[in-house]
Amino acid sequence: MTLAVSQTNINLAYLVASVCLIIGIKRLSSPATARSGNVVAAVGMAIAIVFTFLDPDIDTYWIIIAGMAVGTVIGVASARMVKMTAIPQMVALFNGVGGGAAALIAAAEFHRLAPASGHVLPEWMGAMLFSALIGSISFSGSLVAFGKLQELLPGRPIVFRGQQIVNAILFAGLLVAGILAGSTEAGIWAVLLLLGALVFGVLLVLPIGGADMPVVISLLNAFTGLAAASAGFVLENTALIIGGTLVGASGTLLTVLMGRAMNRSLANVLFGAFGAPAPAAAGGAAASTDGKSYREVTAEDAAVMLAYASRVVVVPGYGLAVAQAQHNVRELADLLEARGVDVKYAIHPVAGRMPGHMNVLLAEANVPYPQLYDMEDVNPEFPRTDVALIIGANDVTNPAARDDPESPLYGMPILNVDQSVNVVVLKRSMSPGFAGIDNDLFYRPNTAMLFGDAKSSVEKLVAAVKAA
Amino acid sequence: MSQTLLTSITVFVLAVFLGFELISRVPTLLHTPLMSGTNAIHGIILVGAMLIAGSADSDLEKVLAFVAVVFGTINVVGGFLVTDRMLEMFKRKPAERDE
Repeated sequence: MTLAVSQTNINLAYLVASVCLIIGIKRLSSPATARSGNVVAAVGMAIAIVFTFLDPDIDTYWIIIAGMAVGTVIGVASARMVKMTAIPQMVALFNGVGGGAAALIAAAEFHRLAPASGHVLPEWMGAMLFSALIGSISFSGSLVAFGKLQELLPGRPIVFRGQQIVNAILFAGLLVAGILAGSTEAGIWAVLLLLGALVFGVLLVLPIGGADMPVVISLLNAFTGLAAASAGFVLENTALIIGGTLVGASGTLLTVLMGRAMNRSLANVLFGAFGAPAPAAAGGAAASTDGKSYREVTAEDAAVMLAYASRVVVVPGYGLAVAQAQHNVRELADLLEARGVDVKYAIHPVAGRMPGHMNVLLAEANVPYPQLYDMEDVNPEFPRTDVALIIGANDVTNPAARDDPESPLYGMPILNVDQSVNVVVLKRSMSPGFAGIDNDLFYRPNTAMLFGDAKSSVEKLVAAVKAA
Repeated sequence: MSQTLLTSITVFVLAVFLGFELISRVPTLLHTPLMSGTNAIHGIILVGAMLIAGSADSDLEKVLAFVAVVFGTINVVGGFLVTDRMLEMFKRKPAERDE
């Protein structure tokens, strides 16, 4: 059975596919064209896949067809059924399997080439081992990121004594295993490289706090891209080189941009063990934490504050996403506006679990775009705001990030909600936020706490505003 | 250095610059969809998995290639669908609010 098309025609198809991927990424980076960009990229991918089927080197089809059938079922099911709130971990998972595929390809190629001749081209060997290394790190690292976001693993950084030394030794060991695998072409070293890289991926992500996961997933996304590109070097396949490299480069830049939005360097994210209590704060501040008191408010009282305010700023966070309260929030905002209250939404760049998370949720509830304000635009508004209504947001409002140089959050730009006349915080309990850091805002005299699930609290507010 | 390798390196270097240029001015709002979209694009690794699966000789290679195809397909299919679901949310519906 042969469907073979000449290699030249396949390469032409790959060129068309690559152009589609490039245009797709370009369009993905502007709001008006983003959705069509995704479609264009998908079309490019389809072209590449269809023409690969026609490659003369392929003589067995059943493995491909069976694998694609299984993968399609899993991919469609998981993408369809996942809740909007769980999308970040889904992206982590899809990224991980991509990295895993690159590592497996490298392993299969090593097995095919190495024992046969003893004369594998050095550039193939290098690319193969690189693909195995980076792909495995991306695979296991993404699974840990998934575990943390899915709360299968604790979101807090997991650190142990001498962790960075262990990592350094392990990394050196990986380099040695890679060199030995390359020079001796013995399978044992390649297996050790793969296993060691899997462990390294786990150790790399474990000490990183949940709040930094988006940055980490973006970095691992770039890793998978590079692994795919180096697999392209091994297979001498331009589609792989171009597609993988585009993601490697744009993913690296995106990682830097995301870090910048949080005012953190990449090194700080990777090695800072964010969320571990700052040493100075641990001793000094512990006593005062226990003594601080907060003020609880009923939904009725909070509703009166809102209904008779002239300016209200809503600050959504992950709690809103978890409770799926976006439609109720919209209803509350509409009610307030009908009473002549000016309502704005303040969107912190990293509110929720990923940048843009809140925009997606509020867009789902048809909140008009002009009401959404970025951090820089809304911060000057707070001193003129009567009520800042915080719905399930925490770390992004912590004044310690601005005022307390000893706080682990110090330096992260925040929404200056504490400058409002009144702050109403909707929260399930007094437990600390995702970064595991206590929020001083809750103990301020102008802050009132309304405890409960975000959705039921907002529903109560809606009912109470109607009655007010 | 072989001609093929040189061509590959040329393509690689140009793609690096292109990748940086493409997204240098992206609004924060689109960081997540863009990450998800590029995540789907590295699913191009599926092409590599197909080539390996189509020419695998030993049983071990067949098993590795099969799993690689499954993984690659999940990456592509799941990646594009999740990105589309995310971007669907950005769709501007006609304003129902009459004010």
